[in-house]
Amino acid sequence: MMLTRRALLKSGACALAAMAAPPRFLIRTAQGAERRGKVLVAIFQRGAVDGLSMVPPHGDPAYARARTSIALAPPRQGDSAAALDLDGFYALHPSLAPLKPLWDSRTLAVVHACGSPDTTRSHFDAQDYMESGTPGVKSTPDGWLGRTAAALPSTSATPFRSVALASRLPRSLRGDAGALAMSSLDKFDVRAAQPAVARRGFESLYADGVQDLLHGTGRETFEAVKLLKSAGASRLTPANGADYPRGRFGEALRQIAQLVRGDVGLQIAFAEVEGWDTHVGQGAEQGQLSNRLREFGGALAAFAQDLGDRMSDVVVLTMSEFGRTVAENGNRGTDHGHATAMLAFGGGIRGGRVYGRWPGLAPEQRFEGRDLAVTTDFRTLFNEIATRHLALPATAPLFPGWSPPPRPLGLIA
Amino acid sequence: MTRRLALLALAVLTLGGAAAAAQSDSPASATATVAHVLRRVTYGPRPGDIERVKAMGLSAWLERQLQPEQIDDHAVERALASLPTLTMSIAELQRAYPRPDLETRQKLARGDMSPREMREQYPMDKRPARIVGELQAARMLRAATSERQLQEVMVDFWLNHFNVFANKGEVRWYLPDWERTVIRPNALGRFPALLRATARHPAMLFYLDNWLSRRADWVVRRGPNQGRRAGLNENYARELMELHTLGVDGGYTQRDVTEVARAFTGWTIDRPREDARFVFRAATHDDGAKVVLGRTIQAGGERDGEAILDMLARHPSTARFLATKLVRRFVTDDPPPALVERVAQSYQDTGGDIRAMLRVIFASPELLAPDTVGAKIKKPTEFVVSAVRAVGAAPDARGAGALARASSEIGEGLYEAQPPTGYPDRAEAWVNPGALLGRMNFALALTEGRVPGVSVDVGALVAGADRQKPEAVLARLLAALIHGEASAATRAVLVAQLGTPEITGLSPDDRGPANTDVNKLAALVLGAPEFQRR
Repeated sequence: MMLTRRALLKSGACALAAMAAPPRFLIRTAQGAERRGKVLVAIFQRGAVDGLSMVPPHGDPAYARARTSIALAPPRQGDSAAALDLDGFYALHPSLAPLKPLWDSRTLAVVHACGSPDTTRSHFDAQDYMESGTPGVKSTPDGWLGRTAAALPSTSATPFRSVALASRLPRSLRGDAGALAMSSLDKFDVRAAQPAVARRGFESLYADGVQDLLHGTGRETFEAVKLLKSAGASRLTPANGADYPRGRFGEALRQIAQLVRGDVGLQIAFAEVEGWDTHVGQGAEQGQLSNRLREFGGALAAFAQDLGDRMSDVVVLTMSEFGRTVAENGNRGTDHGHATAMLAFGGGIRGGRVYGRWPGLAPEQRFEGRDLAVTTDFRTLFNEIATRHLALPATAPLFPGWSPPPRPLGLIA
Repeated sequence: MTRRLALLALAVLTLGGAAAAAQSDSPASATATVAHVLRRVTYGPRPGDIERVKAMGLSAWLERQLQPEQIDDHAVERALASLPTLTMSIAELQRAYPRPDLETRQKLARGDMSPREMREQYPMDKRPARIVGELQAARMLRAATSERQLQEVMVDFWLNHFNVFANKGEVRWYLPDWERTVIRPNALGRFPALLRATARHPAMLFYLDNWLSRRADWVVRRGPNQGRRAGLNENYARELMELHTLGVDGGYTQRDVTEVARAFTGWTIDRPREDARFVFRAATHDDGAKVVLGRTIQAGGERDGEAILDMLARHPSTARFLATKLVRRFVTDDPPPALVERVAQSYQDTGGDIRAMLRVIFASPELLAPDTVGAKIKKPTEFVVSAVRAVGAAPDARGAGALARASSEIGEGLYEAQPPTGYPDRAEAWVNPGALLGRMNFALALTEGRVPGVSVDVGALVAGADRQKPEAVLARLLAALIHGEASAATRAVLVAQLGTPEITGLSPDDRGPANTDVNKLAALVLGAPEFQRR
């Protein structure tokens, strides 16, 4: 078998284990500095969310004209059922009201008309390009968060450095640095009639022997199981009265918060939320999309509340593969479009502002005559957040074949 | 073990071929060779398989596997009869398992209908999800119990090579037909015929968007998009060259992609929500000449695409790309170039005969080289099915569904690979802590009898062994499950386990007879590093 960098790293880990040194994480978690490491949480809205409903540009006269039945009405002072004004031009969907306090406290920023330079309107291609971070190039073996993890100092690595709350590792996290995919903290253990016996047995089967990927991973696995147990992360209940909405997404964020609060060395987390492909009956203030946004916003707000002061170390970044058509279609829905809106909040974010040049919604201003044009390459946003928040060298190759624009967005301190 | 295999490899090098090695050597090494080949060519040996193959002769057995139509498989066929969607046509599936109608979906979205009312009006077994559920169960049932094991391995190989994703649009209704009429009949046939069949099937036309691709200046004439320009879609053209034929470094350019896309304009689907037949629509076809890989194609109309498929199927890059993938599947993650060249040559010599390529691999010394034994990490489906086969369990259709879910939890949901690459066939993709725990937990669930629809009797594997002699029980288990291929470290750990009261049923001061807990011991063996390899 070819020895990948990851396999070599793991062989290094087994060498440590062979010397019966105390597990790396115990040394590190005893140090205060490591306890308060920076965390980047990436949220993928799979299915292409309609940025024009999430953050409606009510100041653009073409907005209401293009969407006779699904445009949100302009904000009305004191009407909580209507869109919430942000800056006189943009507003927030009323279902995202739980996020409004973050905007008001200037920790939530929006990047509008953001997306990929690649023009595909295929969900899976566009997701693949956004996750690999290489629009138009399919052969990229790793993901942009995988490369981000590789750029972090390896001395800070615990098995929980990169974690996806998902059953399979998402494309974004793939890479030589390794990452953990888990669908549930509670289930991340040996499940048996006598779990302790089975755990000891399996652990010893992987403890010695050849230094290969399999054994290295086995040791990492039980290191992770023990770390999680000793941290008691899965027993931490939401703090500060945070109330996560029911559903998979709320569950994922609740568990990411547990990993952050459990001090297990988390630096990159990933969660996904589906149901944005609103071709039919999208709705406006109420309806299908509104229901999805309520769960989405509620979970994000609960996460921020749960973490409390700890949010100063955490940045949450949301993304979606593309946006949707400016005009509504014949089924009161929207078809696959181009640019969308992305949110960023947490420590260091210069919030209370919508970033990115507005390209306009008039037919001649649209991309290919139909879609919101992309004025901010998603890589500009992702790169700026990852490098600044995680203090990576500016030269870290997170997005191969691309260089950041000379002037950053400036949305992170 | 290593020395024995080295000797074995030497024997093979002089005699050539797995069969010769198995027949000419000592009984122990013959067993090791047959076990190794079975782990590669099948979903893993069942109790008694190694002896049966030895009795038949390995080369005769391999030749038989290459002719699956001559192998009686009626037991599986009978079990599959409980999955009615497998044999239904696309039109029947569209009628029997429709998507919920617009009104129902809107009611649900508005909250005018509760999820319970929805379930009553629209029961789960009438939903489109059933189609994929039955296909998954059928695949696992066949992998676990079919006598046509090589056929099943190759079906899996081609379903990944020509991957389509069940959850994209109409694809799920097309899947049973896709597997039944395109993949299965051609899995051991000729690659050019397989390639042509994939190109015309609605599953591929839909998944890679070719059904929407029209000449660049096309303006939609009717319907909601009337007046809209709907031009070229390059998705299929690119994957056709990158993933189906030449390979990403096979020597094509972006210009070739565009030209191939032009050639396939007009290849589309008639009535996609009814019978979804292939149709060539001349009106949307780009009639101009195309230059592909330096050659001008001016075949005209539908024959443009056919000419390109012929050209790609004959291309030496295609031979090499397919040879590399087949060697990766059967031999090792990093295919030896010399073997790849020989396999590619057989493709060229035979006009793309898949059997001929496999014969070269099966007769190759590389297959039996010491480094090859145990070099592949099982994919999740391979792990799950091989465990079921190793303990001699026989799942019914319900059990097969549970096995599909178990594989999905470890990361390989059948028909659910979204990217056109399908699932990867390399160790790195499948070895991570969550997945490894998933494997251990499946081993525990299986041996503790917690997988619904899969009855297991681990005790039968050690029948006749004295339960009061834990070492004897362990030796029998190691022989049955990993054919004695345990490393010294694994053996030592398992022997040490025999000292724990939970395994032997003895409390520390108990002087009574031991009663070895075979299930616990078997779970450890199935979760051990050796069993993750094939």
